[in-house]
Amino acid sequence: MSADLAEGESRLLYPPPGMPPGGGSAASAGPADEDLRVVAARHPGRWLATAVVAVLLAMVVSSLVTNDRWEWDVVARYLTWPSILEGAWATIRLTVTASVVGFALGTVLALMRLSRSPLLQAVSWAYTWVFRSVPLLLQLLLWYNLAYLYPVLSLGIPFGPELLFFDTLDLIDKFWAAILGLGLSQAAYSAEIVRAGILGVDQGQHEAAASLGLPRHRQVRRIILPQAMRSIVPTAVNEVIGLLKGTSIVYVLAYGELFYIVSVIYGRNGRVVPLLIVAAIWYLALTTLITVVQYYVERHYAKGALRTLPPTPLQRVRWELQVGRSRLTGAPVPDGVPPAFAARVRVGRRVAPRGGAA
Amino acid sequence: MTGGLLEIRGVHKSFGMLEALRGVDLTVRPGEVAAIIGPSGSGKSTLLRAINHLEKVDRGFVSLDGELVGYARRGSTLRELTEREILRRRTRIGFVFQNFNLFPHLTVLENVVEAPIFAQGRPRAQAEAEGRELLARVGLADRADARPRQLSGGQQQRVAIARALALRPAVVLFDEPTSALDPELVGEVLEVIKELAGTGTTLVVVTHEMAFAREVADTVVFMDGGVVIEQGPSADVLDRPASPRTKAFLEKVL
Repeated sequence: MSADLAEGESRLLYPPPGMPPGGGSAASAGPADEDLRVVAARHPGRWLATAVVAVLLAMVVSSLVTNDRWEWDVVARYLTWPSILEGAWATIRLTVTASVVGFALGTVLALMRLSRSPLLQAVSWAYTWVFRSVPLLLQLLLWYNLAYLYPVLSLGIPFGPELLFFDTLDLIDKFWAAILGLGLSQAAYSAEIVRAGILGVDQGQHEAAASLGLPRHRQVRRIILPQAMRSIVPTAVNEVIGLLKGTSIVYVLAYGELFYIVSVIYGRNGRVVPLLIVAAIWYLALTTLITVVQYYVERHYAKGALRTLPPTPLQRVRWELQVGRSRLTGAPVPDGVPPAFAARVRVGRRVAPRGGAA
Repeated sequence: MTGGLLEIRGVHKSFGMLEALRGVDLTVRPGEVAAIIGPSGSGKSTLLRAINHLEKVDRGFVSLDGELVGYARRGSTLRELTEREILRRRTRIGFVFQNFNLFPHLTVLENVVEAPIFAQGRPRAQAEAEGRELLARVGLADRADARPRQLSGGQQQRVAIARALALRPAVVLFDEPTSALDPELVGEVLEVIKELAGTGTTLVVVTHEMAFAREVADTVVFMDGGVVIEQGPSADVLDRPASPRTKAFLEKVL
């Protein structure tokens, strides 16, 4: 048996003189090579899992529709209620401001941690230690009570004369107390993210920038940070999404962000679940928005790291449409459609006449 | 371009317990092309990086046209300069890395004009015109708007050379400029360096290309164990080495 096989094999590979190449008996008797049929492997387990998930999904959808305790009409009514919109807007403002404060301060802290001054390093380390260790809720309440510790804030020369005075209560209202709480604790986390990003940039880039004699700030801003951004962005977006949801904690200050407004409304009308759903939908929508922005930001910083950038969703849709039209009408594919897309038109055309001939 | 006079005196450098440089003395005259050869671990690259003050030296000094690199001399002490001053003096020394170290997120032209504009404060229009001229000189005029990763290794290294030259340096240091390249790309880079050798700029090239050292270098410096063993006209060192250690090394690589 094994001798037979070996003989057959050797004949296929090295046909003896006089025999046509590839002239095995099995091959010549069957259909032409190009008409061979391809049968995909079967995956019964995959079919079973798909069926189970489909049934579960149907159950969820059906319960969402048939259980009238969801009160979808109430949800729809409150989704665009003016005070809910105001609350959503306040949530956006808190998220954006705290993110800017958090990442600006975080970048400074990261650079301090990487500096050669032991004091700067130690201060940066201690900051991260404190602000990461104390619960955010506690920090928020502390900042809100700052006026108890320091009723008056002043600007002046350290240990010297004071020039400008502010009433703490006027300066630090609920919004700024929230920003201080969210932003300062965010900075502690951002600092580590930025530091990791900077450490991830190849040492050769630091050396090349230094060997060209570029001023230090230029080395950081133009050469190092843009490259660090590639690894910073995905984690940073995670943090911003966390912050977006984290703003709901500000309701302890009775500041009118989305969650506080929602709780006030359901406290009055008792429609707890529908109003929680309203808030959930808004958080979902805002997070989706951030994810879309993330895609484009990542794409921006991928310049140079990839030879060709992946198409944006919009480009993809446009090319699909152009290719589809060419396939239907037989018109040439417009310029600017990349070969990978355009190739599908040519495949379509080549297959069609052959089918007609057969 | 006029070349600078490079003087290295008694340079020591240790990394932990490892003494990489153990008292290096070397003079490279203005416009001279010096090739540094030697076994790996002999301190060639460390010496090159010490010239540029990318590595601080423990003892000894490096000077360019009589001006110390990285230090100011007061009597018998050498005081390290401020970073700003070190950066300024570095612009007189071009450095070409083994792995190119081009900035991947900038275009080829942006790579070349970054230092003239932001380290030397030259007007952008002038820097860009000169940058394009330099790119033409290394045969890459048409790739000014490409990004480094879209280029071959040889092209990237030629851009790196253009970037170093954009500072109008008095000395250009090459750290094994062809070691990271596929064999068929080595020639195009050596050709550019060879062309540069005729322009009067002082060049110091750490290399494993003995044929290149013989053809282009005026002086060959053989280093081993952190010291200069032998230095002389390239034909002398390569064909009639005085030291048995040079002879043993050359027998292995030739």
